[in-house]
Parts: sequence; structure tokens; C-alpha cells
Amino acid sequence: MLLIPCPHCGPRNQEEFAYERTLDSVVRLNDAPELAIATLYARANPRGQEHEIWSHTCGQWLRLTRDRISHAIHSVEPL
Amino acid sequence: MGAGRYNALALLRGAITGHRHWGRAWRAAEPRGPYDVIIIGGGGHGLSTAYYLAKVHGIRRVAVVEKGYIGGGNTGRNTTIVRSNYRQAPLQSLFEYSLKLWHGLSDELNYNVMFSPRGALFLGHSDADMARLAERGDAMIANGLDADLIGRDEVARLVPLLDMSPDARWPIEGGLIQRRGGTARHDAVAWGFARAADSLGVDIIENCEVTGFLREGNRVTGVRTTRGDIAAGRTGICVAGNSGHVAGLAGIKLPIESHTLQAWVTEPVKPMIDTVVMSQTLHCYFSQSDKGGMVGGGDPDFFPSYAQRGAPIRLEDSIAQSIALAPALSRLRMVRSWAGVTDMSFDGSPIIDELPLDGLYLNGGWCYGGFKATPGSGSVYAHLLATGQSHPLAAPFYLNRFADGRTIDEVGSGPMPQSR
Repeated sequence: MLLIPCPHCGPRNQEEFAYERTLDSVVRLNDAPELAIATLYARANPRGQEHEIWSHTCGQWLRLTRDRISHAIHSVEPL
Repeated sequence: MGAGRYNALALLRGAITGHRHWGRAWRAAEPRGPYDVIIIGGGGHGLSTAYYLAKVHGIRRVAVVEKGYIGGGNTGRNTTIVRSNYRQAPLQSLFEYSLKLWHGLSDELNYNVMFSPRGALFLGHSDADMARLAERGDAMIANGLDADLIGRDEVARLVPLLDMSPDARWPIEGGLIQRRGGTARHDAVAWGFARAADSLGVDIIENCEVTGFLREGNRVTGVRTTRGDIAAGRTGICVAGNSGHVAGLAGIKLPIESHTLQAWVTEPVKPMIDTVVMSQTLHCYFSQSDKGGMVGGGDPDFFPSYAQRGAPIRLEDSIAQSIALAPALSRLRMVRSWAGVTDMSFDGSPIIDELPLDGLYLNGGWCYGGFKATPGSGSVYAHLLATGQSHPLAAPFYLNRFADGRTIDEVGSGPMPQSR
């Protein structure tokens, strides 16, 4: 189980959070179609550290740097 | 081949000689390239690909390289359910092709894979559920598959284990059953394909992890491994769960994320259910293994992970729902739970295609549906690796379908990793 430190609420149970997407997969409004498609679908999916966007039930969005093998959370920042 | 062909006579001979004549079922091969084809990943899909390459296409200079032991990944971690009851035609055709291969597989391989077509039942808990199941059943029948929409009484007769009382936690209105679906012995599938492929000359190289690719310009000419470089004409990735990682070694990003899926098993008991019960509404499914353990699972953990371990909350969900459906399960002790890493593609369907580098191919993105596809997946992937052309059944599952807007999206939920 993950204990995720919400910048607004402090450490909370994983069950209150939702993984949204990776930080590099947010499509910008003025992106060219090729870039938008690559952003939407292509994932590095590393066996290691990745930057992710999560949301908390309190309404806070989070930028999480997390290890996908050890599940260690290296940093959490409000987004 | 130490023991030759498996048959009743060999068994009888063993009864007299104390079963000391059984040899290894496949050789412990050393790398000895160059090969015509190298398959990365010694799971069910990789081994069946190697078998069909040798058997159907006559390509026998084939190696399967596996980082651990064969069948030690998702082949040994699934809940062994085999079915083809999908709603969309490309998925129906691919999984039905596989289901037909399952029905003759033990004879084909001379190895008992314990395929048991005991019926795969989707439960319906509401009018809306029944309408959805009827639509799925109609779609299946229109494509020549068998599907029976059954009422509440028929469900009660088929599965007496279910709580059909007026105060049951979940009402059961009926179900959709595919009677030719069922279960198989997952380890035996890997072992059977390994033995059959080995007897046709395929080298199965265990404890051999791929660490990179050999390249000549835009062409992949083999693999770098922990046991040295191995050259190959064509290289096929078949490592579902780790597709993102292995493709990443070639600098390729895929429309795949790796997520965790858990399963559980109880102590073995006498037969209490002879059907596979699944509820897509309650997100749980269970069946009884031939050893007697009740095997089940439910939702994924909903975030990317390669950890092969899951969170107790998801396990609790699937067990709670299973017990609500079949209260007798609450009397059993759970002996084990585990997790596998699933290749979640962004439309819920597999990807079987050549990658942007020449000579490098991918078979992955099976989400949670890989085990049932084992023979069919190997057969169509072998076709691709042998001819360089997609098998007609695999053609819809090409890599660029996401850019083309031709996703095969069974759930219709858009570009996110999908479960069903």
C-alpha cells in the first residue's frame, strides 16, 4: 500500500488517490496532430522512476516522482 | 528427448520400473547463433510462437531466450480462464481461433494441458446488465460463436453455489454462457509447448536476459544478453508485462503501460463448482482448479507498476464480491495471493506487428486477456515472423491503429490503459 503525502492534507491512504497519467502525456491545445498522437499514446513505461500526475479526493492535483518497482515515492508537489 | 512419446504404455512401463526412465522434457540449450528467429520471452506465447514457427513454417533455427525460467511470468500467474466471448469482431475472431486450437491442444502437443471446457458464465445483476449481455451474445452469434443467454433459474441450476435467496447481497437475473470456454493447466501449457518446440530443434535458453539489441543502421540483427550476443535474422519481442521495458531498449515507446493484477487461491476442497463464474459488474471472477482450490481475481491496482505485488485493498474487493455471490467461499482459508504485471494497451487489445526498426517485431499489449490466447497468439505471431506479413486475424491489431483512429476498443473508454 502507498502512503501518499498530499500537499494539502498530509499523508493519506492510497485508496483516496487516483493515478491520472504520466507528466509527459498531457496534450497542449496548439500541439500538431503528430505530436498530440505521440503524447496521447506513446509511453516510456520505464522499469524504474517516472513522473506522474495523480489526483486526491480533496481536489488537489499532484506531481509524483515514483519508482515503479520499489513503489518508493521520491517527491510530491502540488500541480 | 529423454522419454520419447508420452502414452499409456510408457506410463505402464514406469509403473514396473519405478518411473525412473523419464528424462528431461526439453534440453537446457546454450546460445549458438546465428538463428533465423530469436523470440524474447519464454512464456506461453513465446514458446507457442517457437513451436508454430518450427511446425507450420519449417523454420527450425529458432531460439527462445528467457530471463528467468519458462512460464515464470504471467503464464504462471493468471487464473487460467479460456474463452472467446468478446463483442467486437476482430477480438472474437482472434480469440475464437485460439479457442479452437485449445480444443485439440493436448493431442497436438502430446502433452496433457488439462483443458476443461466447463463453460464460462458472465452474470447479469440487473435489466441493464441483461441487455448488455444480450447485445454481446447477439454479436457473438452473428460472427458464428456460441453464446446462450440464460435466465435466473438456469443459472441457479448450473451454479448451486450462488446466493439466489431473496436477501442476497447481489441479485442475479441471469447470465451469458459460452459452453466451450473453460480452464486449462497454465504451467502445462508452457511445458507442453516447450517440449514440443524442443523436439523440433528449437533452443530454449533460460536465465538469459536481454539487455539490448544488435543494430546495423535501422536493422536489428540480434540481441545482447547476459549470456552474450546472439545474432538473428528476425527478432520477436513476446514479453507481455515488460513490453515497454524491452521496446525501450531499442528506443521505442509503445501505447502500453504496465499495471498490476492480483489473484488468489484457497485451500483445496472437494468439487463445489464446475463452471467459470465472472461478473463484469462486480469486477470479480472465480473457478475451481482441478486440484480443488478456488481461484479468483478482480480489478487491477489502477496505477503503473512492475513490482509483481499488489495492494490489499484490491484483493479485499475481489474477495468481498466473490463471497457476496457465493457465501460458502467465506468458510475457506485463502492459502496464497500473488500479482502479475500486465501489458495494458490503450484500447484494451493486443498489438501484433513489426516495430519501426527492420527485423524487430512485437507481440504484446494483451492486458488481462493473454492466457486464453496462448496458442492462437503464437500461431499468428509465427506467421508474422516467418513471412514478414501479418496473419489476416492479426492484421487489425497493428501498431499504428492508434494514430489512424482504428482502435479496437471493447469498452469504448478512450485512450487510457484499459482492463477489458
